[in-house]
Amino acid sequence: MTDVADPKLEEANVGGGGSTETTAQRISYLRAGHSLKSWLLTTDHKRIGVLYTLSITFFFFIGAAAAALIRLDLLTPAGDLLTNEGYNRAFTIHGVVMVWFFLIPSIPNTFGNFLIPLMIGAKDLAFPKLNLLSWYIYMLAGLFTLFILIAGGVDTGWTFYTPLSTMYANGNVILAATAVFIVGFSSILTGLNFIVTVHTLRCPGMTWGRLPLFVWSIYATSLILVLATPVLSITLVLISLERLFGLGIFTPAIGGDPLLFQHLFWFYSHPAVYIMILPALGVVSELVAAGAHKPIFGYQFVVGSSIAIAALGFFVWGHHMFVSGQSLYASAAFSFLSIAVAIPSGVKVYNWTATLFKGHISLDPPFLFAMTFIGLFVFGGLTGLMLAMLAIDVHVHDTYFVIAHFHYIMVGGTISAFFGALHYWWPKIVGRMYSLAWGRVTAIFFFIGFNLTFFPQFLLGYLGMPRRYHVYPPEFQVLNVVSTGGAAVLGIAYLMPLIYLIYSMRYGKPAPNDPWDAIGLEWTTPSPPPKHNFETLPVVQRPPYDYEIELRDEHV
Amino acid sequence: MSDARPSVAEPFTDPLQQHRAAMMGMYVFLGSEIMLFGGLFCVAAAVRLAHAPEIVRASHALHSGIGGINTAILLTSSLFVALGVESAKEGRAKIASGWLGGAAALGLVFLVIKAYEYWMDFTEGLLPVEGVHSRYVDDVQHLFMNLYLIATSLHAVHLSIGIVLLIALSFRVTLGSIKLPERAIVLVTVGLYWHLVDVIWVFLYPVFYLAR
Repeated sequence: MTDVADPKLEEANVGGGGSTETTAQRISYLRAGHSLKSWLLTTDHKRIGVLYTLSITFFFFIGAAAAALIRLDLLTPAGDLLTNEGYNRAFTIHGVVMVWFFLIPSIPNTFGNFLIPLMIGAKDLAFPKLNLLSWYIYMLAGLFTLFILIAGGVDTGWTFYTPLSTMYANGNVILAATAVFIVGFSSILTGLNFIVTVHTLRCPGMTWGRLPLFVWSIYATSLILVLATPVLSITLVLISLERLFGLGIFTPAIGGDPLLFQHLFWFYSHPAVYIMILPALGVVSELVAAGAHKPIFGYQFVVGSSIAIAALGFFVWGHHMFVSGQSLYASAAFSFLSIAVAIPSGVKVYNWTATLFKGHISLDPPFLFAMTFIGLFVFGGLTGLMLAMLAIDVHVHDTYFVIAHFHYIMVGGTISAFFGALHYWWPKIVGRMYSLAWGRVTAIFFFIGFNLTFFPQFLLGYLGMPRRYHVYPPEFQVLNVVSTGGAAVLGIAYLMPLIYLIYSMRYGKPAPNDPWDAIGLEWTTPSPPPKHNFETLPVVQRPPYDYEIELRDEHV
Repeated sequence: MSDARPSVAEPFTDPLQQHRAAMMGMYVFLGSEIMLFGGLFCVAAAVRLAHAPEIVRASHALHSGIGGINTAILLTSSLFVALGVESAKEGRAKIASGWLGGAAALGLVFLVIKAYEYWMDFTEGLLPVEGVHSRYVDDVQHLFMNLYLIATSLHAVHLSIGIVLLIALSFRVTLGSIKLPERAIVLVTVGLYWHLVDVIWVFLYPVFYLAR
């Protein structure tokens, strides 16, 4: 890294960089056209990444608003804010929007889009037009979702369980199924694009063994996107037809089987959980290596664990059905396979820890978010092990214990990694430094707010509070109030970056090429990168994460 | 791109790389198509396991002869597409265009025969259409016919897309807007899609018509 990297990044806090324009900015992808058309018809992966970031942020706040309603209603044991029906609709829209319109596209479609070509030394993704099409499909599905909100919502929960969804639900089940069906195509096209890009567009010297871990994890994610999403698509078609025409596949009255729906749904939706967490694991690998300024410990094992999680993820769906009457032998096998997922997950956590050992750790916001991630991921993972065990699951199934567990992974994990990625690559994306101090404050607020919100839910669940109920016995109120209070703190952590990141776009100090002294092809480009990423195709001659290692003698 | 190689599109640096990307993109897409129909085959298997004797009886009521003729037609169309792709690789545009057009015509014949078969099912009271007097032996036959209609019509949708693609390609090859043999990859990838749609039928046929 020959570029001047300013070690005193704190100075970025002081405004005054103001309106000076750097050479990098004059040639950047952001300046390659200012019209709305140049954004809406762009095939530049970086611009599409930005478009995705804006859209998923919008949907995140819709999902968050629903969550706020839920938490406010749960302040008191009586259901006084929302009606029963209204509560059902609030948690359903929260689930549908957060799962399909935020979490699944969160890291792959934003940072994956922006970074994969930069990280592997390519000019763009393999199919740039398909990439743009994928964004339009996402937006079309998003419009359907907004229409559901206007039309009065859905009340089935995000899982659309039959026969509730096919026979009894009063909401707009078909609209919701259509929205999720459409957004699935966006996922498939994006996954396809990533897989082909990683296979065919790596620059000379970028061998599979030199791929950044983020690229590996997005690659593993893409395999799931491409193979699991179509199963959800056909399942949604089947429940829509069942609701419209009485198809009967999930109706026992004419020989169908409602449990079949759960099998098909979780065949997609459990791997979907790994769609949400694998990219986060990849981000954290990058953040840990950059934060410690050391080569990642056990590169091959971290890669292998990503692939192993993706592969194992296809064979654990039955652990959602331990109490639904499936065969006990099937349950035992699913329990074993689910517990096995702990091995690759553990490999990652141990390898990150070993990477940090004797590292030169800089406590910048990305690193704080990475630490937040590791803590919450370990907690969410260990409680996942408990849930994978048959006997414990019978006790806590469909309680707040499950809610707390998967929010530790999906919110604590994925969103902290998303924020980590945002704070890490922001200078690359907009070419400006943001206030590191405020970034640190946000990380701390996030950690405290998150734990205050969701830790009490473990206790509530273990004590027996079921999920999806808004009327509860008075003895649960204290923990629910703590949880709602925590959600307010968490909400502040979500809003703060909006302020200082947007502020940085105008008043931030121009970012150097490599503000974190990190290694990786994306840091060799100007910040923000030019339209075609690289002046000349880069050639990679060094292993990944080739940070200098100090030997003991050098100190003595 | 400074050098004049029109066959290489933007993110690629050489034609072979672009060729590999196109092939791989189509294969990955077909993989996801297989998973889409895979869901339906799983449903068919589950229903079959739960009600084996009733399913066999229901399967007998389908017109396996018509289905057999349609299988032969589709396989022939796949042969035409394969021959078209081979001619395209050799740069013989006229012949390639002819083969593609022939394959599309066979696809249309398949759809016409399929429509006739649906009509026969309908007159026998076996097609699950709202408000029509149906004559099912039992509920499982109703379920079976529903599943049959969904699976075959989803296949027909895929086939129709294939027909449109083949007709469009056939015209574009004739008009010369696809240069052969340089851009034969377009025909290869569409051909792969056509073959997969055929293969799906090859599995649908025994699952529904030949359940014994």
